[in-house]
Amino acid sequence: MDIRDKVALVGGIGCSGWIPVYIDVDTLHVLHGRAIPFASGLKMSDPSRKVIVFTGDGDCLGIGGNHFIHGARRNIDITVIMVHNQIYGMTGGQVAPTTPSHGKTKTSPYGNPEIPFDGCALAKAAGATFVARWTTAHPRQLSKTIAEAIDHEGFSFIEVLTQCPTQAGRVIYGVADPAQLLDMLKANTINVNAAKNKSIEELTGKILIGNLYHDDERLEFASNYYKKISKLAASC
Amino acid sequence: MGQEVCQGTVKIIQGNEAIVEAAIAAGCRFFAGYPITPASEIAEAMAQRLPQVNGVFLQMEDEIASICAAIGASFGGMKACTASSGPGISLKQEGVGYAAVVEAPIVIINVMRGGPATGMPTAPGQQDILQAKYGSHGDYEIIALMPSSCQEAFDLTYKAFVLAEKYRVPVYILSDEIVGHTREKVRIPAGLKPVERKKPPKEGYQPFKAGDDGLLDGMPAFNEGYKLLIEGQLHDENGNRAAHLPEVCAKLTERLCKKITNHADQLVDIETSFLDDAEIVVVSFGSPARPSLRAVKDAREKNIRAGYIKIRTIWPFPEKKIAELAAKAHTLIVPELNIGRMVNEVKRAVAGQVEVVSLPKLGGLLHTPGEILAEIERRATVCTR
Ligand SMILES: Cc1ncc(C[n+]2csc(CCOP(=O)(O)OP(=O)(O)O)c2C)c(N)n1
Repeated sequence: MDIRDKVALVGGIGCSGWIPVYIDVDTLHVLHGRAIPFASGLKMSDPSRKVIVFTGDGDCLGIGGNHFIHGARRNIDITVIMVHNQIYGMTGGQVAPTTPSHGKTKTSPYGNPEIPFDGCALAKAAGATFVARWTTAHPRQLSKTIAEAIDHEGFSFIEVLTQCPTQAGRVIYGVADPAQLLDMLKANTINVNAAKNKSIEELTGKILIGNLYHDDERLEFASNYYKKISKLAASC
Repeated sequence: MGQEVCQGTVKIIQGNEAIVEAAIAAGCRFFAGYPITPASEIAEAMAQRLPQVNGVFLQMEDEIASICAAIGASFGGMKACTASSGPGISLKQEGVGYAAVVEAPIVIINVMRGGPATGMPTAPGQQDILQAKYGSHGDYEIIALMPSSCQEAFDLTYKAFVLAEKYRVPVYILSDEIVGHTREKVRIPAGLKPVERKKPPKEGYQPFKAGDDGLLDGMPAFNEGYKLLIEGQLHDENGNRAAHLPEVCAKLTERLCKKITNHADQLVDIETSFLDDAEIVVVSFGSPARPSLRAVKDAREKNIRAGYIKIRTIWPFPEKKIAELAAKAHTLIVPELNIGRMVNEVKRAVAGQVEVVSLPKLGGLLHTPGEILAEIERRATVCTR
C-alpha cells in the first residue's frame, strides 16, 4: 500500500505549520493552536490512519497548550513534531512560552521576565508514551526517530530545536548566520546516553537530546475506543 | 448490530434527545462536545447512542477543540456534529469560519440560553441569531434552522445534515432551552436513510473547483487517494494558498457567500396559517412561534384578521418570501426572545411597505399568548380608528 493511503498530515499556524503543505500527502492546514484537536478528529474517524502534526512551540505550548496536554493524556496515536525556535517566528519575533528567561524579543525588550516550558517534560508528565528531542543539526538521528514515532502506537512527541536565523538567532542571540546557529545547537546539547556518564558540572547548561522516554504499556486511545464499542449493539 | 434508529415509531422525548436521534438517523457518526446547560443532554445522549452504532463520542477539553475535532472527522470521512450553548458557541467561532472556508459539512447545535457571558444558564434566549450568521470574522455564509417543538428539532436536524452535505457548509440548529428541555411526542418517520456523501471522480480532481451554482460536487475523505490540501487561508481551486492573489481571493469569498445566498429561494422553509385575508401578521421563529399561533387563533375568535408565519430557515433570511407573504397586511408583529434583532431583518424585507412592530421578551421568559394577543388587539384598534 502507498504511504499516502495511510498517513494524514496536519499543520498548525506559524512558520512550522507550513511544513506539511509541501509534502504530497493529504494535508489539513488548520487554526493557530488547534492542530491536535483536528488531528484527533481525523484519527478517530479512521483509527488505522496515521496522523502527523507539525506545530511550532508557540502553537503547541502557548495557544494550544491545553490541547497538547489532553492529547498526551488520552495517549491518542498522533505524532506531534514540534519545531522549537524559542520565539513566535511568523509574526515577527515576539516572546514565546519557550523563550529563555532574560531573552530579548520584540515583546520582551528588557529581557524575558518569565520562565520557559520544557515541552518534553510536559509531554511525559501529561501521559505521552514516546518523547524525543533532536535538533536540525542532527538530521539523520531525527529522521530515524520520526519513523519510530510514527510506528509507535500512542501519543508521540518530538521536539526539534531549530536555528531560526531570521528571528530567534538575530533577536535573542544576536547571530544571524545559520551555520553558526547550528554549531551552537550542537554545542549546547548532549545525547541522553552520553550524559549518563557525565558529572553534574559537565551537564550544566546542556540540553538532553535523543529518545528520552518510551512506554508501550499504556493503552492507546483510538484503537481501545473501537475495541470497546465493538461489543455494543443498538436495539430498539 | 440492531436497527440504528427506531423508525416508524412515536416517542416521548426531549428536544435535545430528538436532535440526537435525528443526527444518528442522518448518518452522523461523530460528536465532540463539552458540557454546558442547556445543551448537555445532547452530549449525554450522543455518548449513549453513538457507540451503539459504531460511532465516536468525544468529550473534549473545551468547545474550541470540539468543533476542530468535528471538522477533522468530517474530512476523515464521517458526518460530524457538535453542540453547545452561549459561552461555548462563542468559543467555537473561529472554527465556524474555518469550516466555512474549507467547506466542511458539519452541524452545530446551539441550544440558546440568555446571554451575554455566563448569562442565564437555565433560561431560554434567542440572542445568538445574528451571531450564527456573523460570529466568526470575515465574509462567509452559513445556513441556520430554528425548531419550535421537539418534532421540529428532529425534522430540522435531519434536514441540517442534508443541507450541510449538499452545500458543503456549516449548518446551525438554533434551538433554545425551551425546545431543548420540553418532553413531547416525536414521530420518527419510517424510511429515513443516512444522508449520502457523494465521492467525486478522482481523475484531475480539484478539491475547490465549483460548478456554475457555486457548489462543490461531493466530498472525498482523507486517505482515499485524492491528494487533498485543505487550507484555511484563502486558496485557489487546488487548495493552494492564494493570499497574494487578490482575484483568486475575491472570487472565493464571493463564491462562499453566493453559494448560499443564491440558493435562498430553494432554502426557504416557512409555515403559514390564516394568511389569506390577514391584516396583522405575527412573524415568528423558534419557541415564540407556539404562543404566536395560539394568539392568532384567539384573535380570529375575536374577529380580528390576524395571520401567522413561522420561519424555520432563518439564515439565509427568507426576505423575498416574507415581503410576498406580508404584502396584503398592514402590520407585522415580531416576537423574539432578545432585545429586538430579527425585527430589523423583517423591516429590511418589507422595505417600509408594511408597519413592523417589535415585541421583545427579555429575562429568560417566553411570551404568553395573551401578551401577543394584546399587541395584535392594540394594532387592530389603531387601524380601525
Ligand atoms: C488565534 C490566532 N492568534 C494569533 C495568530 C497570529 N499568529 C500566527 S503565527 C503565530 C505564532 C507562531 O509561533 P510558533 O508557533 O512558535 O511558530 P513559528 O512561526 O515560530 O514556527 C501567531 C501568534 C493567529 N493566526 N491566530
